[in-house]
Amino acid sequence: MSQANADVVIRAEKISMIYPGTIALNEVDYRVYRGKVNVIIGENGAGKSTLMKILAGVQQPSKGTIYLNDEAVSFQNTRDAAAKGVGMVHQELNLFGNLTVAENIFLGREKQHGLMPLDTAEQHRVTAELMARLDQDISPTELLSNLKVGQQQLIEIAKALADEADVLILDEPTSALSKTEVELLFKVIRDLTAQGVSIIYISHRLEELMAIGDHITILRDGNFQSEAEVKDIDVPWIVREMLGSDPVSNFLKPGREFGKPVLDVKNIKLINEMGHTLVDDVSMDVKSGEIVGIYGLMGAGRTELMECLLGLQDYSGEVEIAGHKVPAKMDTSDRIRYGICLVPEDRKKNGIFPISSVSNNMTISSLWRRLKHRFSIDEKAEAEAVTSAIGDLSIKVSSPDIEIRALSGGNQQKVVIGRTLLTSPKVLLLDEPTRGIDIGAKGDVFKMMVKLSEQGIGVLFSTSDLKEIMAVSDRILVMSGGKLTANIARSEATESALVSASAQGL
Amino acid sequence: MKTSQNTASQQSSVFSGESLLLLALKMRTFIALFLILAFFTFMVPGFLAASSVVIMVKHIAINAFLALGITFVIITAGIDLSIGAILGFCGMVAGWLITKGIVLPMFGIAIFPSVWLIVPMVLVIGGLIGAVNGILITRYNVAPFICTLGTMYIVRGAAMLLSGGETFTGLSGNEQLGNTGFELIGSAKLLGLPYAIWMMFILAGVIAYIAKRTQFGRHVFAIGDNEHSAELSGVKVRSVKVWVYTISGLCAALAGIVVSSQLVASHPATGVAFEMNAIAAVVLGGTSLAGGRGTIMGTLIGAFVIGILADGLVMMGVSEFWQMVIKGVVIILAVIIDQKQSRLQHKAAIVQQK
Repeated sequence: MSQANADVVIRAEKISMIYPGTIALNEVDYRVYRGKVNVIIGENGAGKSTLMKILAGVQQPSKGTIYLNDEAVSFQNTRDAAAKGVGMVHQELNLFGNLTVAENIFLGREKQHGLMPLDTAEQHRVTAELMARLDQDISPTELLSNLKVGQQQLIEIAKALADEADVLILDEPTSALSKTEVELLFKVIRDLTAQGVSIIYISHRLEELMAIGDHITILRDGNFQSEAEVKDIDVPWIVREMLGSDPVSNFLKPGREFGKPVLDVKNIKLINEMGHTLVDDVSMDVKSGEIVGIYGLMGAGRTELMECLLGLQDYSGEVEIAGHKVPAKMDTSDRIRYGICLVPEDRKKNGIFPISSVSNNMTISSLWRRLKHRFSIDEKAEAEAVTSAIGDLSIKVSSPDIEIRALSGGNQQKVVIGRTLLTSPKVLLLDEPTRGIDIGAKGDVFKMMVKLSEQGIGVLFSTSDLKEIMAVSDRILVMSGGKLTANIARSEATESALVSASAQGL
Repeated sequence: MKTSQNTASQQSSVFSGESLLLLALKMRTFIALFLILAFFTFMVPGFLAASSVVIMVKHIAINAFLALGITFVIITAGIDLSIGAILGFCGMVAGWLITKGIVLPMFGIAIFPSVWLIVPMVLVIGGLIGAVNGILITRYNVAPFICTLGTMYIVRGAAMLLSGGETFTGLSGNEQLGNTGFELIGSAKLLGLPYAIWMMFILAGVIAYIAKRTQFGRHVFAIGDNEHSAELSGVKVRSVKVWVYTISGLCAALAGIVVSSQLVASHPATGVAFEMNAIAAVVLGGTSLAGGRGTIMGTLIGAFVIGILADGLVMMGVSEFWQMVIKGVVIILAVIIDQKQSRLQHKAAIVQQK
């Protein structure tokens, strides 16, 4: 027992995290082994991010104790955690393109005393040392924006190492990296573990985990599920442990019928300014009355595909909406009139008009439908449309004139959905429609999708949640690296097939 | 039972107190207008005499044209610093057309268009300058502040170049050339009120109608609130923005015509720093510089507050230097109150929602 403990650098015992209304973590025991790559995995909402935030001092657990080298510790904040040797590299890089590599690494803890000027020489010396440790040929005075994304990721790691991190948490470090960059990162990780640094590695990409991981911990629904040596297990085992065997809930009635295709897409290709192919030769269709789900990991190209369909990107390829050929140059407002509509992924950034009223938020896309003499807005018709949409979608709002930012996330999402419905779409695109809303509202959103499909609307939605995609799609598409890697009817789909399709070519 | 009733009534009284405060804050420009009116009526004898009121409103009209025009720009979270210069330039163009005509050297003649032609021509020129602002801002991604700062200098320079810095005088035209009547725009009256005042109210009505009852108006607010969402919702963001600056230029041209007609002369330096007064009126009227929020009525009242404050202080004999200080204080106070209101309003909305 004591022998085993010697190898454990962090031991978390009975960690619970309780939010009002939900339990994110339920008495989870977790161990991090010294000098190993400790992989942690689980579905969205399984609690892995919460656990990592607790270990890194971002949040304090409601209950439970953390032992660092067999000594009980409690981290009040990230600085506290960093001082004791636990560093975290977040999924989104927190770096500044207008500063040099050294300035980024020492941001907020500059080598400087009193009124003395910055000790740049010392900062550069330490930075050069860190770069040597990471085996990178990057000058400390290089401007950060001149580095590739993969190199920037390493600068984040260097930042953590500059604090003499003993345990390094990497949250989905590869989600923005190319294949060669991933290999570079893996090499750095192996070097670091050889130097005795313990790595906690979070990722959804199972192949990656198999390649780099030593030890795997699986969380499910806020509970500890299982723990194993990576060499003893395989991908199907992980999927089984991750999803459990509970029956997937089903929102679809049997014997659903579909009409003609309302969205027909051929050879869509999108290449960004950097020359990366974001959507690679995708062809697909959605039939009237059909719900098609796109499954894929972050960066698989789902959002970009939808943006192409709505005319927000300069793509090449053919799009046909409800039988009308749509030229690639056609702008969004004309496409909306042909019957395509998008509920965007990031509601705050791309969805709502925060200080406008619920009513104005709802009608902005469909003003052209309710004009008097083709000019002035018919306010009576508008009020009627808003009232009936609020009723249909059961939006909880005291008055349609209230500012939308006063509503809860789920209700805001329903207003955005209501906006698209008022345009009478033939095809409805929903990009991660359940992101950031609670379980009850999720169910409402799914029921609404089914109801719309029964009215003959073709629904295309994206998600990175396997249970969701199995629950409400008639047909499942899987994207990986911009390519369409699977197109299967739900009845024939298995979870492990979807997972492996989502990791193809990575 | 009794205690719970008590707390309930307490809560409702607290809430009603707060909602009363909110109402007062919402009406603040109105209240400010009445306070200022009351103050000057008390301090300046004969302040509300019909003749002095008409003169005051005539002064206000010029600022109101500019402020009404720039309100849409500010609601889209933009700014237009070039309106003062456009005012000056358009006045000069009108003066040129009346005194010099359109010279065609190859035929050795000059065409003198009638006033009925000059006015629309000048309005179009003002609109075009605004459209250029809009195109530079949307197509070449120049920040509105910098872009219109640039056009401000260019247009002001062009106005100076038109006459070499001289003033065009005698804009009443020539009977023989058939271009008389320009001065009537500034001096003639309808039902006892000068045209300029009627024009101000009509313009305010038209702009308010556009803001509230047309797609364009809704799109303007949507862009100011969240440009990304607007794009995704099918708002043609670029074209709306170009139109917004076009309207701003058009209104400035109208102001230019009225000013030069009132003076029966056009001077190239007319309208220097007028944009600042216009922006002040818009902000006083409760339009947020961050975009998405504002009313046309507010802008009109804001222009009245600024105008009455300025003329009233003059009539009281307050020094010009103190006038500047007072105006500055009023503007800053207005913005502080605006911040307070929007916070309270948000709070009230959440309470109401629960």
